[in-house]
Order: sequence, then structure tokens, then C-alpha cells
Amino acid sequence: MVARDLDVRYDDFTALVGATFAVHYGEALGIVGPNGSGKSTLLKTIAGLLLPSSGELSVLGQPPRKLAPGTIAYVPQVEAVDWSFPATVWDVVAMGRFARMHFWQRFDSSDRDVVHHALSVVSMAELAGRQISNLSGGQQQRAFVARALAQEPRLLLLDEPTTGVDAATEEALRKIVRELVADGLPVLMATHDLDRVDDWFDRLLVLDRRVLALGTPREVVESGAYSAIREHTHTHGHLRHDHEPHAAHAAHPEMRA
Amino acid sequence: MTLLLEPFHYAFMQRAFVAALAVGLLCSTMGTYVVLRKLSFIGDGIAHASFAGIVIAYLRGANFYIGAGIVAVLTAVGIGFVHRRGRISLDTTIGVLFTGMFALGVFLMSQQRSYAVDLQSFLFGDILAVQPQDLWLILGLSVVVAVTVAVLFRGLLYTTFDPVVAQASGINSPAYEYALLVMLALTIVVALQAVGIVLVAALLVTPAAAAYQLTSRFSPMMLLAALFGAASTEGGLYLSYYVRASSGATIVLLATLLFFLAIGLKHLRRA
Repeated sequence: MVARDLDVRYDDFTALVGATFAVHYGEALGIVGPNGSGKSTLLKTIAGLLLPSSGELSVLGQPPRKLAPGTIAYVPQVEAVDWSFPATVWDVVAMGRFARMHFWQRFDSSDRDVVHHALSVVSMAELAGRQISNLSGGQQQRAFVARALAQEPRLLLLDEPTTGVDAATEEALRKIVRELVADGLPVLMATHDLDRVDDWFDRLLVLDRRVLALGTPREVVESGAYSAIREHTHTHGHLRHDHEPHAAHAAHPEMRA
Repeated sequence: MTLLLEPFHYAFMQRAFVAALAVGLLCSTMGTYVVLRKLSFIGDGIAHASFAGIVIAYLRGANFYIGAGIVAVLTAVGIGFVHRRGRISLDTTIGVLFTGMFALGVFLMSQQRSYAVDLQSFLFGDILAVQPQDLWLILGLSVVVAVTVAVLFRGLLYTTFDPVVAQASGINSPAYEYALLVMLALTIVVALQAVGIVLVAALLVTPAAAAYQLTSRFSPMMLLAALFGAASTEGGLYLSYYVRASSGATIVLLATLLFFLAIGLKHLRRA
């Protein structure tokens, strides 16, 4: 995945300016930054949900919307859906197969095998028949990750998957990510959790509407950009640029990731 | 026995029962999406807006299904477009569009008093007035909508639960939304004669809402909703013959009764 000089605008508000970076096979790239820094915007743009207003973006050599169905799996924050929807865990994970299927194709045994495997990777196989309204936050997150895996994607995007989950689920997710990366899958993950970044990621991208730093966790820490983010994340929750008034964020609640 | 079968002796009643069955199945099947996508206000809006189409078709001597159909589809697509692109909230858009279109219908109607009686039946429905050609249109549209739902089933399910992730995975969520809105518009047009504009929203929401209380998976919910819908329209029509009441009102009252029974049953199960 390659982004070159990427800008994303909502109306007259620029959410992302001149982002240039790449993600390689078998690499976990962590995106860190304060609230409103454009982490979610960046992931949504790569997922093809938003169009860049300028710059270049290609995934496997193609713009996201030109890719074959199923190529990119996007895992949003769990609040994005209504969990009272009439479905079991199995039903939700099975949806991961839908992008690749034509209407005349049956949901056959190979599809069921993929769904079952995805469920066991996230340790949810015994909960397959459970109604999704009866899941904990951690189980919801695991179900979402399993749905993404059932899609058999070639690029995985995770939006703050550790928010609101218990420590056991967080560690389980970290292991899953590391295993997927070891198998060669590129993973991009937004996180506000700045502890243990070197256990999670091969490289870090520090974002505050523009790329402030990019490198291994160690390089980023040494660059100083990381500690600035850390400071501000812990105090104000946001970095301010004097030439970009803070009020602009308030006018766009969508941007408060 | 002859008394119980009496309603079926008349050709107009036989047509009414067939039409009621189709309308009941169709509305409640679409209603599953309406309830889960929280579109009930849209259904109401399209039904009211299509009133303008009916009046214009009357005044021009055209088939009212065509008039209602064109306006309903345009309204549905317009609502979908404003929803995606606009800066106005969806319920505001519908509120403005449907009251405006409804007022246009009433305005045109009030200038043509001689048509008032016929148009009245579209406000409150008159399934007993279904003509053979109406019946063919109802059955034809039912088949079209049923086949479309079957073909688009997985995509409609995914985009109903999680349109954003579905789109990221390569499924065209906006296209599914428009397809659903057009089908909804066609369904409403078909249902207009049976239960009327005022009550069509009830038939789109109530059977599916009742089924939602009793099921925990999507397909059973759709099947149960269809069953409730068919039971309401057939049962309501049958009862209305004996109690000499408006068929549309009886149908909706029966559907409402089923809804409260479903809620009761849900609580009994939990207890």
C-alpha cells in the first residue's frame, strides 16, 4: 500500500494533509495520534470509503475502489453497528464471505470452513450460536476481527480495536495481529493506546492531520514527535496548530475519532 | 358453514383475498428491512408523496398505479440522494417532501370535487374495489420485488447490518440502498389500494416489528413477518366482512393486536 502526498477534505475542512507513507507485506504499521488527528479518516480513505481530494493512493497497485471485492478488510469500532440486530456470531462472521460471492453461489462447505477457522483464531468457536446482543465488548470486537478474517483479505485495517476491551482480549488481539503479520498480511492499525507499541507494531506513524514521524517505534521515540503526542494525548487530548483553529474540529464531530 | 364461506362466493371478494395475500406478504417482507434499517418514516413519506401522483394521474385520465409509481420512485430516490449528499437531516427532508407533495395532491383534488369519492378510497384503502387488471399488476409487482430480494439477499443483509464495512469489502452499499428504496416505493404503490395511504406505513412496520420480538436471526424474522403480514391482511379482510367495518382499518387493527401478542409472548418466554 502506497500513499503519496495524500489530502482528504470534508467540505472546507482538511482532515489529512500531504500524507506520504507505505505499508509492506508482513508488516504491522501503528497509527498513533490524538483525537481528531485523522487516524480514522486515513483508514476510511484506504478502505475506499472516502475519496482523497488530491494525492495518490494505491493498494496492490490499484486505487481502493478498483480492487477486486474482498481485498481490503476494515474493522471499525464496535459502536458502529446496532448489536440488537437479529443475528448470531456465526451470521456476522459469515458476512465476511459475502463480498466474494455471486448471488447464485451457495454458501458451501469451503465457506463454512473459512468461517469456522476465523472463529477459532479469535477463540469464539463455542460462541458461534450466540445472539450478538448477548456479547461483551471484547467478544464483539473479536467477532468483528473474525468477520474480517473470513473475508481472506490482502490488507487489514483496524480502527482502535483495543478501545473498551479487557486486558485478556487486548493481548489476544495482539497475538492475532502478530500471527497474521508473520503470515505476510500487511496490517494498519489506529490506536490511542501508547503503551507497548513496540510489542504491537513494526513501525509507527505519528499523525496529527499531517505525518509528524514515521519509523520503528524506537526511531519515533527518539525523534521527539512521539513524546509531544504522548504529552498532548494525556493532557488535552489534542495537538493544536496555531494556523488551524481548534474550532474547526468542533464543527465536524465526525472527526473526533 | 355456508355462512363462514359466504365471503368467498363473490368474485370481488375472491380478488380481494388474493390481493390481500400478496400485499400482506410483500409489505411485511420489505418491512423486515424497514424495521432493521429504521426506515419507517420513509415508508410513510413515500406513501403520502405518491398521493400527488395519484391525483395527477386521475386528472390526466392515466392509470393511477403509473402516477403513484412514478412519484413514489422519484420520492424514494430523492430521499436517498439527499440522505447521502445533503446537509439536511433525513427526517427533516422527508418531513418537508412528504407534506409538500401531499398538499399538492390535496390542492389538485380540491379543484376537482367530482373525483373526491374515488380519491377518498386511496386515502383509506378499498381492497374490495380491486379490479382484475389491478390484481395482475399487484401480482406482477410482487413477483418482481420477491425475485429482486432473493437475488440481492446477501448484499441487502450485509448492508442492512453494517453498510460501512460492507462497502469497504467491495459491496456497493449505496446501490443496495437505492435498490431497496425503489422496491419500497413499488411495494407502497401496490399496497395503496389495499390499505390506503394513511395505513400503509403500519403494514410496513407492524408485522416485522412483531416478528423482531420473537426471533434472533434474520431469515426467521423475515419468514415470521411474512406470516404475520399475511395473517393480518387475510384475517382482517375476512373479519371486516362480518363486522361491516373498513377492511383497511380492520387489517391494521389485527396486525397491531398480533404485535402486542408478540410482545406478551416475549415477556412470557423471559419469565
